[in-house]
Amino acid sequence: MSTAPAPIKAKLRLGDLVFSRSALFAGSMILVTLAAVAIFLIVQSIPALFATNEDASILTTNFWDYVGPLVFGTIWAAALALLMAVPVSIGIALFISHYAPRRLASVLGYIVDLLAAVPSVVFGLWGIGVLAPAVVPVYAWLNEYLGWIPLFSGDASATGRTILTAAVVLAVMVLPIMTAICREVFLQTPVLHEEAALALGATRWEMIRIAVLPFGRPGIISASVLGLGRALGETMAVAMVLSASHVISFELLTSVNPTTIAANIALSFPEAYALNVNVLIATGLILFIVTFAVNAIARWIVDRRKEFSGAN
Amino acid sequence: MSKRIEVRDLNVYYSKFLAVEGVTLEIEPRSVTAFIGPSGCGKSTFLRTLNRMHEVIPGARVEGEVLIDGNNLYDPDVDPVLVRRQVGMVFQRPNPFPTMSIRENVIAGVKLNNSKISKSDADDLVERSLRGANLWNEVKDRLDRPGSGLSGGQQQRLCIARAIAVSPEVILMDEPCSALDPISTLAIEDLIEELKQQYTIVIVTHNMQQASRVSDKTAFFNIAGTGKPGKLIEYDETTTIFSNPSVQATEDYVSGRFG
Repeated sequence: MSTAPAPIKAKLRLGDLVFSRSALFAGSMILVTLAAVAIFLIVQSIPALFATNEDASILTTNFWDYVGPLVFGTIWAAALALLMAVPVSIGIALFISHYAPRRLASVLGYIVDLLAAVPSVVFGLWGIGVLAPAVVPVYAWLNEYLGWIPLFSGDASATGRTILTAAVVLAVMVLPIMTAICREVFLQTPVLHEEAALALGATRWEMIRIAVLPFGRPGIISASVLGLGRALGETMAVAMVLSASHVISFELLTSVNPTTIAANIALSFPEAYALNVNVLIATGLILFIVTFAVNAIARWIVDRRKEFSGAN
Repeated sequence: MSKRIEVRDLNVYYSKFLAVEGVTLEIEPRSVTAFIGPSGCGKSTFLRTLNRMHEVIPGARVEGEVLIDGNNLYDPDVDPVLVRRQVGMVFQRPNPFPTMSIRENVIAGVKLNNSKISKSDADDLVERSLRGANLWNEVKDRLDRPGSGLSGGQQQRLCIARAIAVSPEVILMDEPCSALDPISTLAIEDLIEELKQQYTIVIVTHNMQQASRVSDKTAFFNIAGTGKPGKLIEYDETTTIFSNPSVQATEDYVSGRFG
């Protein structure tokens, strides 16, 4: 029997110790914060989950009937916004990274970053003051000539404050962050792959299609998720622009629009009392879960074709 | 299939910097020509002017003429995209498209030129190109796996298959073996010997044994000092360059006295 030699211990230096402890502390803070928020939401929500209209005046039947249209509105508005923002941001990013002359590209880059710094309340004001009146004739036209498409049916809104307008405002808001990420990713495309495409006789667009976009795909998805996250949680712009009802409707142009969870909380909270407060917090919990699910799905999509991602 | 290349008084610039000066040479069809010389002498830069890949770098430009079977590549109405479809290129580091399978990599160039290709034609082409690159037996059972999963030497042969799939007339190779081990290098050298039956091949190499093994003619480039332009010093039969060069600098370089 031989005794194992004593493990060699690295000398503990004060600087290392201080730094490793403070890094550990910083890292654990993120978990603590997340846990604190989750616990608050769950504890406050429990009474609301089983409440009926007898307990809380804000409900018409029960909690789930109340939150359903809100979840729909949240996802619907965010999806519409993303549908508009993704192609545009990819286009801007490609222009900046691969088409524009260098000087113009850096100026454009600054402008995009500046746009990201505009507070959402300003976008809300712009939406209500400029965009909504401006789109009224467009909506009327769409409604008249394309009204046979269910999305454009119903009676066109006279104020322009519809879910589509809100989605446009959301799209403008998420555009800068998505563009910035896409641009960074496109700039990272290995020159090797771009040259491989060009040497095969690819035009610039073909080079982008076979070298840049496939390489940037995970980045585009990450950008979309970030944009979606912001669109899902955006409060002021939607609350200001949208003339909201409590419905599930796919019609884009009418004055009867579903609202989003965040906007609904902002608008209803000042007058809420007693169990109504818990109901609103419970809708917040649902938003938390939806955002979480969206992130998980995006991560799964990115991981699915890892082999072909160019990371190996 | 293969064509003669004539270069007349070619000056190559990066913005204002003259990188290569006054190159004049002729390359015979169905031959292997090696460019040798110390680092930074402009041999890779010069190679890239032969399929207009040089101008991909911002600010890069060329003066002079490159004629392929009498047609000037730098004529104002020549489309560089079409030039690159005739003059294929293999790079220093293997660069298969990482998001594509082996099969997709081989037909990537053909898909660009002619987006409608029937499945059976594509299958034939994939097999023919991979056989042409001596890679078929190694990958025939995994054509749908990513190209980036192959070894370095296999990736480089995949890149050669991709280049020959578009049936170019000339193949340019920019130090194709410098990132490979000796066995893979040998495989590529054997392949060059076979490809020479059909294609005009121009290869840049740092390895003088390689130049003497694979090439028919050799061009020696040199540079007088940093910041000075690279020049073509001597261009002759490979045996002459390595045994009895007419310029002292060439003899010093090939015998290992400098560089």
